Amino acid sequence: MFEYAPAPESRDIVDIRPSYGLFINGEWVEPQGEERHKTVNPATEEVLAEVAWAGEADVDRAVQAAAKAFPVWSAMPGAERAKYLFRIARIIQERARELAVLETLDNGKPIRESRDVDLPLVAAHFFYYAGWADKLSYAGFGRRPTDGQGGSDPRPLGVAGQVIPWNFPLLMLAWKIAPALACGNTVVLKPAETTPLTALAFADICRQADLPPGVVNIVTGAGETGAALVGHPGVDKVAFTGSTEVGRLIARSLAGTRKKLTLELGGKAANIVFEDAPLDQAVEGIVNGIFFNQGHVCCAGSRLLVQESVADELLEALKRRLGTLRLGDPLDKNTDIGAINSAEQLAKIRELSAAGEAEGAERWSPACPIPDRGYWFPPTLFTGVAQSHRIAREEIFGPVLSVLTFRTPAEAVEKANNTPYGLSAGVWTEKGSRMLWMASRLRAGVVWSNTFNRFDPTSPFGGYKESGYGREGGRHGLEAYLAV
Amino acid sequence: MTTPLAEVASSPSTLRAFLHGLPGVDRVGADARAAMLGTRSIKTTAKKQAIDMAIGMVDLTTLEGADTPGKVRAMCAKAVRPDPTDSSVPPVAAVCVYPDLVATAVEALAGSGVKVASVATSFPSGRSSLEVKVADTSLAVAAGAAEIDMVIDRGAFLAGDYLKVYEEIVATKEACGDSHLKVILETGELATYDNVRRASWLAMIAGADFIKTSTGKVSPAATLPVTLVMLEAVRDFLAATGRKVGVKPAGGIRTTKDAIKYLVLVNETAGPDWLHADWFRLGASSLLNDLLMQRQKMATGRYAGPDYFTLD
Amino acid sequence: MSERTERLSVRKTYKLFIGGAFPRSESGRSYVVTSSKGDFLANAARASRKDARDAVGAARKAFPGWSGATAYNRGQILYRIAEMLEGRRAQFVAEITAMGGVGAKQAGEMVDASVDRLVWYAGWSDKIGAVLGSSNPVAGPYFNLSSPEPTGVVAVVAPQEGPLLGLVSVIAPVIVTGNTCVVIASERAPLPAITLAEVLATSDLPGGVVNILTGSAAEIAPWLAGHMDVNGIDLTGADPELAVTCEELAAENLKRVLRPPVDRVNWLADPGIERMTAFLETKTVWHPIGI
Repeated sequence: MFEYAPAPESRDIVDIRPSYGLFINGEWVEPQGEERHKTVNPATEEVLAEVAWAGEADVDRAVQAAAKAFPVWSAMPGAERAKYLFRIARIIQERARELAVLETLDNGKPIRESRDVDLPLVAAHFFYYAGWADKLSYAGFGRRPTDGQGGSDPRPLGVAGQVIPWNFPLLMLAWKIAPALACGNTVVLKPAETTPLTALAFADICRQADLPPGVVNIVTGAGETGAALVGHPGVDKVAFTGSTEVGRLIARSLAGTRKKLTLELGGKAANIVFEDAPLDQAVEGIVNGIFFNQGHVCCAGSRLLVQESVADELLEALKRRLGTLRLGDPLDKNTDIGAINSAEQLAKIRELSAAGEAEGAERWSPACPIPDRGYWFPPTLFTGVAQSHRIAREEIFGPVLSVLTFRTPAEAVEKANNTPYGLSAGVWTEKGSRMLWMASRLRAGVVWSNTFNRFDPTSPFGGYKESGYGREGGRHGLEAYLAV
Repeated sequence: MTTPLAEVASSPSTLRAFLHGLPGVDRVGADARAAMLGTRSIKTTAKKQAIDMAIGMVDLTTLEGADTPGKVRAMCAKAVRPDPTDSSVPPVAAVCVYPDLVATAVEALAGSGVKVASVATSFPSGRSSLEVKVADTSLAVAAGAAEIDMVIDRGAFLAGDYLKVYEEIVATKEACGDSHLKVILETGELATYDNVRRASWLAMIAGADFIKTSTGKVSPAATLPVTLVMLEAVRDFLAATGRKVGVKPAGGIRTTKDAIKYLVLVNETAGPDWLHADWFRLGASSLLNDLLMQRQKMATGRYAGPDYFTLD
Repeated sequence: MSERTERLSVRKTYKLFIGGAFPRSESGRSYVVTSSKGDFLANAARASRKDARDAVGAARKAFPGWSGATAYNRGQILYRIAEMLEGRRAQFVAEITAMGGVGAKQAGEMVDASVDRLVWYAGWSDKIGAVLGSSNPVAGPYFNLSSPEPTGVVAVVAPQEGPLLGLVSVIAPVIVTGNTCVVIASERAPLPAITLAEVLATSDLPGGVVNILTGSAAEIAPWLAGHMDVNGIDLTGADPELAVTCEELAAENLKRVLRPPVDRVNWLADPGIERMTAFLETKTVWHPIGI
C-alpha cells in the first residue's frame, strides 16, 4: 500500500481577528445593534471569529456611503477605475495563498480547490473586468433604445446591492464586484452568514489598494440583512446568487420598482453520457461535476443520464473511481472532498438522501472514514432513480449523484429538460454532430461538452427558467451593471 | 468486454473493428486528470516510501552507440548498490542494454537479483524484416536477457495494418521463451491518445507482459497523460481477461518529483496492486541519482550535492 | 318591379386568434367596441382565463418548430407578414380612422410605419445572433461560444395606444428571435389586432406562434403572469397597478419581465434591440480542443 502522509497547508499564514465590524465608507465601523454571530470552521466546529450582524440602520449607512461615492467613482475616467481593479487583482494574486487558506477554513472546501480553482479565478475575474472599464463604449451597449440617438456611452446604474452565497465566497464576490465597479457603480455587498471571512479580508484589500471610500461596502449578516439591502430605496441594482426560493422572494419584492435585477439561482443539471463517450474522461467529468466543492455548486451535474447500453460499464468505473476519493481535513493538500459547509446544509443533504432511499432508489457510497468532529457527508450515488423521485428533481447541493438511464438522444434531451431549472448541462460523446444537436436542444445557460464545471471570466454564466436571469462573465456580464 | 479476445486477431477486419471500438480518449480531459494527480503532495514518510519504491522500479538504462563493456559493467555495479555509502538503499529492478552487451551485464549481475533487459527487434526504429527482428530477440535471449524490450512497427500501425503489428509481437513473444516481453509503443510517434489506447490493447492481446511508452530516442518520450492512458488499459485488460500486464514509462523521467507523480498515477489509476517492480518500471538513467540525493536529504536534513553520488 | 333597397352590409365578427384558428371565447362573452365618439363599431370577443390557458398551450406547442426554424426562414416569414400588411393597407386605415381621433393621412402613416417596422425586424432574424453572440477566449484548451436563444413562450400586454404600430412593435421583436407569444390586444381598440391576426394567418406563420386575445388586460394578464408554462412577460401595455400585480405573479417561476416604459413611447422612433434582448437567453457551449 502507498499511504499518503498528511500534507497540511499551514494556517499560520492567515491572521483572523477575534471580531469584525462592518466595512462602510472605507472604515471598519461597529454595528448599531448588539447582535453578533460566530463563524465556525465546518471541518472542526472551531469558532474562527465573531462577526457583526448588520441591521436596517447599518445597511442604510452603507447604502448612503455607496450613494455618496457614486458621483465620484462613475465620473472617474474608465482608465483610472481600471487601474484600481488591476491593483486589486494583483493584491489578490500576492495574497492568494493566505486567501485560499482562509477560504478553506471558513468554508470547508479542500485547499486544492481554493488554491487551484477559486483564487486563480478570483484574480482572473478582476483582471478581466479591469480591462473593460475604459472600453465600455465598445461593448455594444452604447446605443440608447428609446431616444434614437446613437453613440452615447453606456451609463452605470448607481448603487448595486449584492448578496452572495457560501459555496464560493470570494469567487462570487469577484463575480459581483468586478463588473459592477468596472462599469462605474458602487456596491454594498453582503456575504453569506456562514462564510464572511474572505469578504472581510477583501475589505482590507480595498484599503490596501486605496480604493476611494464608499465604493465598496461590506455588511455581514443573514437573511434579514440581505432583505434590508435589496429593499433599500437607495439601491438601483440588485444582484443575487443563491437559492431559487430566495430569488423568487427578491423578484417579487422588486415588483413595481425600477431596480434592475439579476439572479443566479439553483440547478439540477443533467450530465448526459452516450455510449460513444470517452468513458474514462466521462468518469472524471461526472466526479468533477458532482463532487467538486462537495457538490455545493449551483451548476453541479447532479443528475447522471447514462445511455442504457453503457450504464453497467460506466457505473462500475464510476464506483471504482469514487473509491479513490480522499475525504478529510480540507487543509490537507491531498483532500478531494472537504466538509459540508454547515450543520443546516448537512441536515438538508441527509433529509433528501433519506427520501431517496424511502422512494426506492438504491444508495451507494464507497468505504470512507468520516472524521469525528465537523460536518461531513460521504460521496454518494443513487441508482434506480426515476424522474419522479425527489432526488431527481430537487437541488440537494451536496455530494449526492442521482443516476438515470436513457435509450435515445431525444429521450436524453426530454429528461434533461424536464426540470424547472436550466442552469447547466453536460454532454459526453465523441460524435461532433450529435454534441451540437444536443447542445442546441438543451435548455440550459451553460453546456459543457466532454468536460464539466469549467469556468472562465470571459465566458458568460447564468441560467434559463428558474435558474435565474442575467449573465455573469464576459461581455454579457456588463449588461447587468449598465443602463441599457 | 464481450468480444472473446482470442478471435479478435483472426482477421485484419476483426482486429480493426475491435481496436476502433475501444472508447475514445479525450486529450484535454486526460491531460487535466494527469495534471490534477500531479498536484498530490507526497511528504515525509510517504515520500520516503515512494523514493525506495521508485529506486526498486528503475530499469537503469544505457542505449548509446558508444556503449562499451566497461560502461555496462560500471552501470551494473551501480544497479546492485546504488549508494555505496548506504546499504539500506535497495537495488534497482533491472539494467537495460543493447543485445550485444547482454552477456556482459548478465555476468556483472550474476546472483544480484537485478535483472537484465535487452532492447531488440531493430531498436529503436523497428525498421527491418521480421526475420531480423526475431533473430535480434533470440540473440538477446540466448545471451541471458530475462526481459526483452521490443519496438512495434509504428509505420504499420499508422497505416492501419494492425495485424502486421500483432503478428510481429506474437513472433517476438515466441522468440522470448521464458523471458518477459515489454512492448514499446513509441507513443511520441503515435501522436494521439486514441492510438496509445489501441496500441496498448493490441500489444496486450498479442501477449505483451509489459507495455512501455518509449524508446527514449523520440520526443516526446514518457508523459504523465500517456502513462495514464496505458494504466487505464492494463486495468481494463485485467478486468476483461484476468491477465495482468505491467507498465513502463521510459525517457524524460529525471527527477524524484517526476517519479513520485508516476507512482501516484499508478496508485490512483491501476491501483496499488501495480506498485511493484513486477508490474511497474521506470526506464531512466539520471533519475537514479536524483532519487538518491533526495533520499539522503530526507535522512540527514541537509540538501545533497552531486559530487557525493557516483556517475555510473 | 321590386323597390330598390339599400344593401345590408355583412358585418365582420371579431374573434380570438389561437393556434392559427379564430375561435370565439370559450366563455361566450363579447364586448362592444366603440369609436372615440361612442359609436358602435363591433362586438369583440372577451377572452377568459381559459382562453388564455389555451393560447399558452398553442404557443408552447408551436415553440419547438418556430425556435428550431432557420433564422432565414423566420426572416422570410416576417417579411411576408409585411407584404400582407401592405396589401391590406386600406382596411387598416379604415379601421384606425373609425376608432376616431386620427385622420386618414395619419392613419396611413401608422400603417406604413408598421410595415416598415416588420421589414426592419425581419432583417434582424439572422443578425441578432452575430450581434449578441460571442466567441469567448477562455484561458484553456476549450472552444467556447455564446449565442442567444429564445426564452420560450412570452405573454405580451400590448400598448393601449397606437393600435397597429404599437402592436406590431411589440409582437415582431418577440417572435423574430424564435419565441412564441400570447398577446393581449388593446382593450379599447382591438379591431386592428384581429385584422392583423388575419394577416398573420395568411403569411406562412405557423399556427400558435402568435396568439391574440381581446378583452380585459386586467382580467387576463394576471393569469398569464402567473402561468407556470410562460417564460416571459412584456408589460408594456399594463397600467402601473396591473404591472405590479403581474410582476409579482411572474416571480413565481422567475419569468423574464419587461416592465412598462417610464415615459410615453414614441412608436415611430428607432426601437433599438432592447425588446429582442428582453426575451433572449444566452447559451454558452464549451468543448475541449485536442487531438
